[in-house]
Amino acid sequence: MNITLRVWRQRDAADKGRMVTYHVEGISPDMSFLEVLDMLNERLTMEGEDPIAFDSDCREGICGACGLVINGLAHGPKQMVTTCQLHMRSFNDGDVIDVEPFRAEPFTVIRDLVVDRSSFDRIIQAGGYISVNTGAAPDAHAIPVPREDAQDAFDAAACISCGACVAACPNGSASLFLGAKIAHLGKLPQGQPERHSRALRMTAQHDHEGFGGCTQIGECEAVCPKGIPLSVISQTNADVLGALAHGGK
Amino acid sequence: MAVTGVILVLFLIAHMYGNLKIFSGQQAFDDYSAYLRNLGEPLLPYSGALWLMRVVLLASILLHIYAAVTLWHRARAVTGGRGAARYVSTKARRGHQRSYASFTLRWGGVVIGLFVIYHVLHLTTNTIAPGGASASPYERMINGFQLWPVVLSYTVALIALAFHLRHGLWAAFASLGWNRSPRVRRNLNVMATVVTVVIIAGFLIPPFAILFGVVQ
Ligand code: HEM
Ligand code: SF4
Ligand code: FES
Repeated sequence: MNITLRVWRQRDAADKGRMVTYHVEGISPDMSFLEVLDMLNERLTMEGEDPIAFDSDCREGICGACGLVINGLAHGPKQMVTTCQLHMRSFNDGDVIDVEPFRAEPFTVIRDLVVDRSSFDRIIQAGGYISVNTGAAPDAHAIPVPREDAQDAFDAAACISCGACVAACPNGSASLFLGAKIAHLGKLPQGQPERHSRALRMTAQHDHEGFGGCTQIGECEAVCPKGIPLSVISQTNADVLGALAHGGK
Repeated sequence: MAVTGVILVLFLIAHMYGNLKIFSGQQAFDDYSAYLRNLGEPLLPYSGALWLMRVVLLASILLHIYAAVTLWHRARAVTGGRGAARYVSTKARRGHQRSYASFTLRWGGVVIGLFVIYHVLHLTTNTIAPGGASASPYERMINGFQLWPVVLSYTVALIALAFHLRHGLWAAFASLGWNRSPRVRRNLNVMATVVTVVIIAGFLIPPFAILFGVVQ
């Protein structure tokens, strides 16, 4: 396959940035999107040019490091996959493909396609934890968890913090990520003591980081590679309302 | 946003129902208008209950707008003022699934706001009196809606309202924390559509009935 890539190049946060066109030839349909960028980078390096900076780690869709906006869609045209798991067979020979970084004010572009997602870490630090007494590990079945709750918690825990939800949201909201983290712990018995303060603190941190508010459009859910359902956002709101009803505690 | 929106929707349902009294004739319609003003007498002064409702309504409208402007402002700040159009690529202008209703919410809201001002000047204060002014609310309706430009302006506003309600109702339900399972979600969406269709159809019937001479 021969593909034309239009890639966002930006030296650093201060640089204005622009789209640069590259032709890449001899692509196998079984290559992943990132492998095409690898191939292009090898060539650019040989030619003495700066390679295109992009993030990746596991390359098997579980770490959340990768993430590009491909043809205007976060993680590309296929749903329920990360960029590293998007294969070139999803495109046609001769296609022109636009590649851009995830865009939102808190996601500062560090270079080319790499953005700073440390705001997500700070949201998790604000309340994405449970407090337990240290000591010997408790028996696995010491606290029974209803099957449905365990499933819901597990579904929410599938979030890999990639940031695609923010990139796709017209409001630049991180509500799906936030909701996944809140529902993940809030559905389990271990998460109950801090349920209200968690919802309040993480939501406050989300707003403080400068992410937008949710208007229930659902584009986040459509791009989420892990299929986090929109219902986690209702869960967040219910927990926040519950917290407010208890005097904000 | 959601709470004030729900108050406004309740008003719309009551208002739509009240308008249908146009089919009971001039006496009934004008009596209903007078009743709204006598309501609560002698405990409350003339128009007292109506003014209470107006205060709640106005407060809801102002809070609804305040919340919307806050959300709008935050969205602009985080997307560099571009919203979903912040990418260079124009290959997925509507993303995977964004509906027309969801992205007309804000400008649609502005249209509805302007309509309400026009509408109150028309049928409440009668400052604008197409087809002739009258002391009878019934005659104001008849005079106005015999003219197609007036019916057209109301129809445009109601189409904007239809989109606004369809997405707004769903969003209100979800923001109030009700969207908790795929089944509930389906029901909430059906409910939003049904309520929207009933309200819009109910509002559109009287002006068209007048335009086509069914009510004279
Ligand atoms: C075809 C559709 C409509 C018709 C025929 C209609 C008719 C009327 C009439 C006759 C009045 C005056 C009642 C009186 O003074 O006793 C009125 C008042 C009002 N209407 Fe409508 N209306 C329509 C749609 C709407 C819509 C869509 C909205 C809001 C989005 C709305 C909001 C209001 C408000 C705020 C008032 C003033 C209430 C007050 O303060 O007294 N109307 N309408
Ligand atoms: S909710 Fe989905 S899209 Fe958002 S950060 Fe988690 S995995 Fe990524
Ligand atoms: S590189 Fe780990 S999810 Fe893509």
